[in-house]
Amino acid sequence: MNICLKLFITFFKIGLFSFGGGYAMLPLISKEVIVNNHWLEAKEFADLVAISQATPGPIAINGATYVGYRVGGFWGSVFSTLGVVLPSFIIMLIIIRFFTKFRNNQHVDNAFLVLRPATIGLIAAAAILISYDSFIDFKSVVIFLGIFIASYKYETDPILLTVISGIVGLILY
Amino acid sequence: MKQLINIFLVFFKIGAFTIGGGYAMIPLIEKEVVDKRKWVPKEEFVDMLALAQSSPGPIAVNISIFVGYKVAGILGCISAVLGAILTAFLILLVVAMYFVGIKDNAIVERIFKGIRPAVVALIAAPVIRMGKNAKINRKTIFIPIATVVFVAFLKINPIYVILASVFVGITYGIVKKRGEAK
Repeated sequence: MNICLKLFITFFKIGLFSFGGGYAMLPLISKEVIVNNHWLEAKEFADLVAISQATPGPIAINGATYVGYRVGGFWGSVFSTLGVVLPSFIIMLIIIRFFTKFRNNQHVDNAFLVLRPATIGLIAAAAILISYDSFIDFKSVVIFLGIFIASYKYETDPILLTVISGIVGLILY
Repeated sequence: MKQLINIFLVFFKIGAFTIGGGYAMIPLIEKEVVDKRKWVPKEEFVDMLALAQSSPGPIAVNISIFVGYKVAGILGCISAVLGAILTAFLILLVVAMYFVGIKDNAIVERIFKGIRPAVVALIAAPVIRMGKNAKINRKTIFIPIATVVFVAFLKINPIYVILASVFVGITYGIVKKRGEAK
């Protein structure tokens, strides 16, 4: 199959089945990109997430652009990005048309009773999936704990923490 | 036409200056669209946000579509989304072009050895906060735990977890309603 078409379909699937945005999309992206298609190695995927955190825009767009370019050059990145946003277009336009019906639908509410907690599980899963290639020794555990405390307890800016951890890495390794 | 350019420029500004993903873009979108431009009333924006969060896909993209449509129909949607994603697209394109060449460089590798565990921490930290906000209780705590086991350990495709969640939620609602009817 043409690689642009393959990228388009894969990222369309990712756009269609990711609820909760951002981090909740990562397990599905990693499943498709690393396991199913072997487009990136796990380590490069972790780096991509780090880069996405420090650059503007939604993570899904960052991911689609990067993977698309790596696999299919400029047009690959265009088709991946189109693929990941197209489901949003279709679904949001349907929702706008039937706005009031969706707002008060019992079945939709019930589905979200389970979907919402599942989304939190997906984000936790994203952290675990990325951790496999991120913890290489005792020093990485120390960095993890330091950043976790700074982020959870003091809500320090993530970009600042990313920069600090990069400097720490440069010094320690 | 002027309105389309306006929509594009507003979302371009939002997309270019918010680092760290979709959630970071929401307060900025609200400020521009509700407070400054008065394109959407405050209450409607809150409703929109709830729907954008419950629809699949990147949240910032979903909300751009909503606002774009509200202001200028389908063409408005396209201008809003193009504006919102253009910076992300261009920057990651440049990164993809050059990062591959330098990623095995010794200094870059040392920097990323520090960043990788930090990224895990930055993803893990909001999980606890979100759990509290979503009012996870003893009855629902098994849902995120089961999701983690299925996705992270058993390597099951998250698509099936999403579909199963929808199915279980709807079935639970129907069963509960029948129980109450009796």
